[in-house]
Amino acid sequence: MIRPTRHVLNRWAGLALALLLIVSAQAADFAPVLEGRQPVFPEDTGAHPDYRTEWWYITGWLTDDAGIERGFQVTFFRVGTGIGADNPSRFAPRQLILAHAAIADPVTGHLIHAERAERALEPLSGAATGHTHAWIGDWDLMLEDETYRTRIDADDFALDLTLTPAGPPVLNGRNGFSQKTPAPANASHYYSRPQLAVQGRLRLADAERTVNGRAWLDHEWSSEILPETAQGWDWIGINLHDGGSLMAFQMRQRDGSPLWAGGTFRQANGRIRILTPAQVRFNPLRRWQSPRTGADYPVEWEIEIDGRRFALRPLMDDQELDGRRSTGAVYWEGASRLIEDEIEIGRGYLEMTGYWQRQTGL
Amino acid sequence: MNAALRHVFLASLWRRPLATSLSLLAIALGVALGLTVQLIHSAALDEFGRGIRLLSGTADLQIVGSQAGLDDALYPLLARHPDIATASPVLEIEARLPGRDETLRIFGIDLFRVAQVTPSLLPMTDVQDGTPTERIDRLGPLQPDALFLSPAAAARLALAAGDRLTVQIGVREQALRIGGSVPGAGVGQILAVMDIGAAQQVFDRIGRLTRIDLRLAPGIERGEAQRRLADLLPPGVAILTPDDAESEVTGLSRAYRVNLTMLAAIALLTGGFLVFSAQLLAVVRRRQEFALLRALGLDRASLRRGLLAEGAVLGLIGGLIGVTLAYLLTALAFRLIGGDLGAGFFRGIAPTLRFEPLLTLVYLTLGVLAGLGGAWLPAREAARMIPARGLRAGDEAEVYRAQPRWGAALLCLILAALLCLPPPLAGVSVGGYLAVLLVLIGAILILPGATLWAMRRLGAPRALTLRLARARLAAAPGQAVVAGAGVVASVALAVSMAIMVDSFRSSVDGWLTRMLPADLYLRASAATASGYLDPETVARIAALPGVIDVYPVRFASLRLDPMRESIALIARPVRTGNGLPLVAGSLQPTGSDDAHPAWISEALADRLRLGVGDPLALPLADRLQPFRVAGIWRDYARQQGAVVIELDDYRALTNDWLTNDLGLFLADGTAPETLMTAIRATLGEQTSEMILPGELRAMILAVFDRTFLVTYLMEAVAVLIGLFGIGTTFAALAASRRKEFGILRHLGLRRRQIGTLLSVEAALTAAVGMGVGLLAGGAIALVLIEVVNRQSFRWSMDLQLPVVALLVFGLSLILLAALAARLAGAQAMRQDAVLAVREDW
Repeated sequence: MIRPTRHVLNRWAGLALALLLIVSAQAADFAPVLEGRQPVFPEDTGAHPDYRTEWWYITGWLTDDAGIERGFQVTFFRVGTGIGADNPSRFAPRQLILAHAAIADPVTGHLIHAERAERALEPLSGAATGHTHAWIGDWDLMLEDETYRTRIDADDFALDLTLTPAGPPVLNGRNGFSQKTPAPANASHYYSRPQLAVQGRLRLADAERTVNGRAWLDHEWSSEILPETAQGWDWIGINLHDGGSLMAFQMRQRDGSPLWAGGTFRQANGRIRILTPAQVRFNPLRRWQSPRTGADYPVEWEIEIDGRRFALRPLMDDQELDGRRSTGAVYWEGASRLIEDEIEIGRGYLEMTGYWQRQTGL
Repeated sequence: MNAALRHVFLASLWRRPLATSLSLLAIALGVALGLTVQLIHSAALDEFGRGIRLLSGTADLQIVGSQAGLDDALYPLLARHPDIATASPVLEIEARLPGRDETLRIFGIDLFRVAQVTPSLLPMTDVQDGTPTERIDRLGPLQPDALFLSPAAAARLALAAGDRLTVQIGVREQALRIGGSVPGAGVGQILAVMDIGAAQQVFDRIGRLTRIDLRLAPGIERGEAQRRLADLLPPGVAILTPDDAESEVTGLSRAYRVNLTMLAAIALLTGGFLVFSAQLLAVVRRRQEFALLRALGLDRASLRRGLLAEGAVLGLIGGLIGVTLAYLLTALAFRLIGGDLGAGFFRGIAPTLRFEPLLTLVYLTLGVLAGLGGAWLPAREAARMIPARGLRAGDEAEVYRAQPRWGAALLCLILAALLCLPPPLAGVSVGGYLAVLLVLIGAILILPGATLWAMRRLGAPRALTLRLARARLAAAPGQAVVAGAGVVASVALAVSMAIMVDSFRSSVDGWLTRMLPADLYLRASAATASGYLDPETVARIAALPGVIDVYPVRFASLRLDPMRESIALIARPVRTGNGLPLVAGSLQPTGSDDAHPAWISEALADRLRLGVGDPLALPLADRLQPFRVAGIWRDYARQQGAVVIELDDYRALTNDWLTNDLGLFLADGTAPETLMTAIRATLGEQTSEMILPGELRAMILAVFDRTFLVTYLMEAVAVLIGLFGIGTTFAALAASRRKEFGILRHLGLRRRQIGTLLSVEAALTAAVGMGVGLLAGGAIALVLIEVVNRQSFRWSMDLQLPVVALLVFGLSLILLAALAARLAGAQAMRQDAVLAVREDW
């Protein structure tokens, strides 16, 4: 879905921004997102290089041997640049691959993160078609035998996780066609893999731990950018304890009012309900102001889904990603709990953009 | 030293302003020239080294190929090697800019890699203030036509973001857009950056890199990694540390720099001689004064200290003037000829003048040492004097009673000959320079003996003044030493330079004739730059009316030895062309094996220790190909070494059909100018460079002369110093010989005759000095040609004696010496004879 557009992808190049901010490139260079395209699996778990932007976005909760809970996020982006189609050079920058990973550790009190960016250049980095396989050097994400594996080795932390889906992909929107604004052109192809059973290892501060937990994978691709009227968005992806899952988002206008909303509610019995804009409401509750950027985030929400009221509370308040010194992008991306009647019914991630400056692009 | 003594010693410098200012001038010039050479080079080398460090960033190792580069398939291989943390590919292009007479270094880089190794090369999109962030094209640095300029390049080309710059590829022009800047490159580096994929495409270098910068994984030892990785590389590709890369280029300029420094040192030495002559004469003149001071209680040590202080003060003041002059000259040189003294070693940098405290102090100290050194012997002489004798009149003659020192002189010359034998130290011909110094010392030691010998050979001339002069010089050969030492030194220096430069120039001239057989030369750009002629273009040119034959030359570079700088490869028709300036071997190889013939330059023969008939493997197209040395030729252009092979062999082995230089043979009656117009009409106005061999020859010789400009300047200074030496000496002599002249006047000599006497003495002194100087100069020239040039630049030349020039030079120097002595002695001649004689009574 709507995804980090201003992600800090490469400290130096700032291309994440490029990715999503690029206004100049011709949309005509890329395949349009059209309703009615029937997703095919596993082929559609692979890359779609004809579209401008694509990501595999994993968020989840990990518990280590000592019982400490942490949030984690691993993302691989693919960006079509529209550059170099006629260039026979192996360095022609037709596709860029970007990766981002972060750990939300309550002990640290803020996010620990790392990123990489490269042009796609086999065998050093790329995003394969046909099945999920994206990599930059030794950072990778791949789908093999119905199990995802991702490896991230950064200076401050390392992850080596296997993620096993509980069921088939969940198509968001109308059969995988996810509309973002009242205009149907602003849309993406979008499916989710909720309830991923996670096992693996986490290295933090040089201590290696065995971890397990639950995670969520979004795979989304599109070619359009967001319209001028959009200020940013709020998104949640929650694994419910009863085996169901909930994805919901709202697009905000400049004045904070909703421009569009949507979601997918999969019940434990496998029944899926696609939520219309009228069925999704995000009501801000408690706010937290970042001491670094001054941005004011509603870190606690009341979320209404088709009449049911949930509370959303963060694992910790400071899950802001401050990229001003690299790409200039600032947003909040953090582990959160979903609560109904004061009982935790699920865990997942909340993403909030456009609270510091206007967020554009998908 | 107390005030009274200061008055006696230092103030005496004031009382002989001419001698003092000439000594000052000599020291100042020596210091100035020496320091200027050093300042220019240290600024250029600094900026150059900074450039190398900037361009290697934090790289631990660098994979470098030849000019043709290396296969970029090597890059993913290395990037995934477990020893390597980051590999950053670079394609360096020297882009020809049509319509501008300079090239631009363009680095094709991978934006995502360069930040981790050479962040200073990161391009930045220039954005006007107030542009909304979402309007910025973040993909700017990846755009195929975007070029990013360093601040120095933007200033030099007068271009800003959004402007266009046309570059040339082959004979084709392509416009690039200035996308922004390379702010990390600093102010002294003229360079540009673009995306590596775009660079490969734009400059038609798909699949090629020139360099891969490597950062090693943590815990990997550099030396071991270097050995392991070297095994992965094809022949002709080297793995170097950034220091190796830096020393590769600085090594090239070292010999040139050392040579200039040595010339400056010789000028300083001559300055020291002048101080010596001036001080010795001053000591002679003040002999009675010192004797009186000694009698009044001044001890030996104080007297000596006082005289040494005089020399030191001269040296210090001269040094200060020289240092000031050096900074002025350096600033001027940077503005006029750039940072390389015209030799072309450091292109693409804009060095700036900086204060160098250490260098300045060293040269100031050298100035003081020259003053002290010059004052040393005179001070010892004065201190040795016995006061009672010194008070007597006429005692100063003692000083001039120099003994011939044949033994010592012979020893010097034998030592000099021996010093010519050992090989150079770290590329510098230390033995050669020491030999030059020893020949100079030997020549000065010979001087008294030579004077005596020459005066005896003169017999008993009839003319009175000549007889008097001869008697004087034979009796006091020391006078000739004092007056002539400067002459010998400067004449030797000037003559040796004249012979060397003349031999060099005529050898270069002959070499050019051999190397440029055609009637007209055409190229798209310099061989290192991005212009070239493709086969169709060559065919089109060959088909033009008036062209009877074309003579294509392809230049490339090769890395023979992974640890050394690359050599030049010249592929051209050899057996069918005008041949080569061979010094050994032949154009028609006799070998019967499969090896192709190769003709190597003297420098390469020396470097690889190869002779005619030896096998030689050349890395062509990533493979070692067998060659055999068919001949050795003389090359003045490529100090690092060059190899010539047949163009047909080159094309068959590499499948590279491009041409750099195209020689055109014209039909009789075809005017080159007509053809040049036709070629411009075919290729475009600005994409080619054409030159007639005559013009090219004149141009190269002009560059040659400019290179030796510094040498000519030093020669002139040395000769001037020598003449001043004679003038000063005779002025002082005239003053100290007033009594003698008084007596001569009493005996009936006219004032004019005394003037003539001085002139004749000076002419004889200069003639003897000239003779010794000529011989010494010839010997030094031999050392320079056979030892210093061979060892520093590894090239030979044919000895050529500029007889007429030397004769004219010698005669005019003798005449000038006579004139100088006469003018200097004029004061003594004006004096009343009676007073002069009475002075002592």
